[in-house]
Amino acid sequence: MSVNGESASGPQESAPAAAPAAAPQLRNAVVVGGNRIPFARTGGAYTRSSNQDMLGAALEGLIARFGLQDERIGEVAAGAVLKHSRDFNLTREVVLGSALAAETPAYDLQQACATGLEAVLGLANKIKLGQIDSAIAGGVDSASDAPIAVSEGLRGVLLDLNRARTIPQRLRILSRLRPRDLAPDAPNTGEPRTGLSMGEHQALTTAQWKITREAQDELAFNSHRNLAAAYDAGFFDDLITPYRGLGKDANLRADTSIEKLATLKPVFGRNLGAQATMTAGNSTPLTDGASTVLLASEEWADAHGLPKLATVLDGEAAAVDFVHGKDGLLMAPAFAVPRLLARNGLTLADIDFFEIHEAFAGTVLSTLAAWEDEEFGRNRLGLAGAFGSIDRSRLNVNGSSLAAGHPFAATGGRIVASLAKMLHAKGPVGGRPARGLISVCAAGGQGVVAVLEAR
Amino acid sequence: MTDKYTEFVSRGAGRDIARKLGLPQPVVLRRYAPGRPLVEGPVLVQGSGTGADELASILLSWRLDVRRHAVPREKLGAIILVLDGLARPEDLEKPVLGAAASLRDLAPNARVVIISRSAAGAPDPAVAAARQGVDGLLRSLAKELRAGATGNGILLTAAAGTTSPGTLGALQFFLSGRSAFVDGQFLTVTSGLGQLPDDAGTPLAGKVAVVTGAARGIGAAIARTLYRDGARLVVVDVPAAGGDLAKVANEVHGTALQLDISREDAGQRIIGHAVERHGRLDIVVHNAGITRDKLLVNMGQDRWNAVIAVNLAAQLRINAALLASVHFRSSPRIVSVASTSGIAGNRGQANYAASKAGVIGMVRATAPLLAAHGGSINAVAPGFIETAMTARMPFATREVARRLNSLQQGGEPGDVAEAIAFLASDAAGGISGEVLRVCGQNLVGA
Repeated sequence: MSVNGESASGPQESAPAAAPAAAPQLRNAVVVGGNRIPFARTGGAYTRSSNQDMLGAALEGLIARFGLQDERIGEVAAGAVLKHSRDFNLTREVVLGSALAAETPAYDLQQACATGLEAVLGLANKIKLGQIDSAIAGGVDSASDAPIAVSEGLRGVLLDLNRARTIPQRLRILSRLRPRDLAPDAPNTGEPRTGLSMGEHQALTTAQWKITREAQDELAFNSHRNLAAAYDAGFFDDLITPYRGLGKDANLRADTSIEKLATLKPVFGRNLGAQATMTAGNSTPLTDGASTVLLASEEWADAHGLPKLATVLDGEAAAVDFVHGKDGLLMAPAFAVPRLLARNGLTLADIDFFEIHEAFAGTVLSTLAAWEDEEFGRNRLGLAGAFGSIDRSRLNVNGSSLAAGHPFAATGGRIVASLAKMLHAKGPVGGRPARGLISVCAAGGQGVVAVLEAR
Repeated sequence: MTDKYTEFVSRGAGRDIARKLGLPQPVVLRRYAPGRPLVEGPVLVQGSGTGADELASILLSWRLDVRRHAVPREKLGAIILVLDGLARPEDLEKPVLGAAASLRDLAPNARVVIISRSAAGAPDPAVAAARQGVDGLLRSLAKELRAGATGNGILLTAAAGTTSPGTLGALQFFLSGRSAFVDGQFLTVTSGLGQLPDDAGTPLAGKVAVVTGAARGIGAAIARTLYRDGARLVVVDVPAAGGDLAKVANEVHGTALQLDISREDAGQRIIGHAVERHGRLDIVVHNAGITRDKLLVNMGQDRWNAVIAVNLAAQLRINAALLASVHFRSSPRIVSVASTSGIAGNRGQANYAASKAGVIGMVRATAPLLAAHGGSINAVAPGFIETAMTARMPFATREVARRLNSLQQGGEPGDVAEAIAFLASDAAGGISGEVLRVCGQNLVGA
């Protein structure tokens, strides 16, 4: 294992810019706490819930937990990956329907599955700069209540009809309609530029890094076991507010076993034959849910008598060229993490909790394999050798997306709130604050990562 | 949960029909709302002696329309009978029969309050007999009253007089709409402690209160009532009830604490949350409770243990933490929800009744421990209350249960909440170790 903290940038990226001479004095942004609703499998408890309903429920629980009624929060930012056009102002609408002061501004953002974490990082930066004192980051997604669009053909006809002035014009436009135009256009998780679903992309990456079926099933098993244990320990008592009769993540299988997982048939990469290793058990299912995180300056938290669980130390985004097959679709965090740690003078050994989002067990294991690979470290990360390996006992210790489920934009908030609580409980480690690393991969070959430090 | 029958017989044709058929005639009770007068109509103060005179002058300072002598056929809002000087049974006749003539003139939803001395610790048998006689007198009188009128008593111990804060606090409670469903009951003023509020509308201003089991029903009503009275709230319920709890918290501008109160560290968690978020802790209302009904002969270990653990052991453990905490020493108040089942027993509820009777025992024994800090602890025992739980009872059973009291109707969750809010206030500081029934003078029990 070799760790090079001096330069972890890839060959195509320039080294991190040196701090300007007159850098402004930044203050800390702290995580006060979070709230989410339990995650439901698509078609389950939240089938009839809209994104507004779910984000509203998560926000109401957050307001109740921290007594934020009538409070004017600096800014609320949240988003959804699958979003109805009527929800153009989703977050502001949710704020207006909540117990927060109506004077609380809000905006939507979207960065695929990294939406929730990017919301946290953007708002934390505003707090650090002194632009705002408090903020709520959030994310929500419903695959049950997904928008269904009309086909491009029908949409063109409808828009032209609206512009037509005479009956003959209208008839001429209508005559363009073909039966295939009437088929609705449902959303899918396929990449527009490759036509491959996320699972098929990951199947290629999983095979490339020679990740075994057994290793993936073991990771999935650990996720369920760890999440179940966390529930039993009451870990989620102040992180979750039940919704629509659901008190726990519906995807959790506390009684699953390696043996049961081994019986599942591959669902992705079936054309790979013996190398087809990705099953419904080691891939996340489509999920409905919402999460929120309360961020603040230290002064605001103190003035409101609220806890300070962790500081948002830093974040980094990366993207890969998956279109031309240079890297796997979900491998961007493999680049983002080395850059982020280098900028902060940290190595993998300085991290006490790793929260690597389990889009697929193969994603986590491919990322870890890349970090342990000498060639990848030298050629792709520009290091002297391999980036390094992590202590697996520090990985997703309270479960992750394979067990909890993954409502795309809500996953970042889930992880930040849980990690902040874990860090606070851990306290100092050898005279320094406990640190946690978050890594979230996203569609479009993107990834966002962050480091939190215990308070 | 509305009592349709009461609405029906309260006016017009329904009232006439019920009268002719001799059916129960419950009326819509006068309930407190901010800004309402303490009593509607003149207040007749009967009884000789300085106690009655001093009290009458205080009532005048409350801007009440006070009468020392009955004006025939004038409708009265209340009769206050002061019997604090009884020396022998013969002393009862004159004031009691004097007041009796005025009972006919009571307006609907009027009040009768008898103030007398507690027989416990009376200097000789004749005094004790006279004082104890008031008990039967009041309970019978309350059963004779009609049209939402109630009769209640205030018992003075040696440490209290007719104008002690606790006496005046209890008198205001009994006179007002806050005590709508309290009938035929006594409150004992055990000390001269307590203080009437500066602003009658917000008697709990500046206080931080914790309510357990606050997500639904009576607990949610308690939270709303304490909030209305000026308190800042911490609402507690099990994590599984968190969705409803969040709604209550946001309604009462409080903070939600998802916590299983039977956890070992529940007391520390409650104190920590209240102090960290709100800077102090003044009031704890033990409302959380469960039922696991089964005939005793069929009772299993799980049903018995679950009820005792949540309803009784958890309260004891939380109280121990409160008593040990430096944050609970400024006139602290604890109010526990007991039950008439714990007083009279109930078939199929041996576990529940044992737990609620245990609460009463706990309250009596904890009172002296809190006295050192000027604190108090009391219990409220609800009778038949219209909640989601009682709405699930079979129709006939519910109808019978509802009418089996002097007010011939079920109480509302808010009625229990009013009694708790009163006992949690400094006006009740002179009352500790007591159990107040909110049952409309149910025929079951004492």
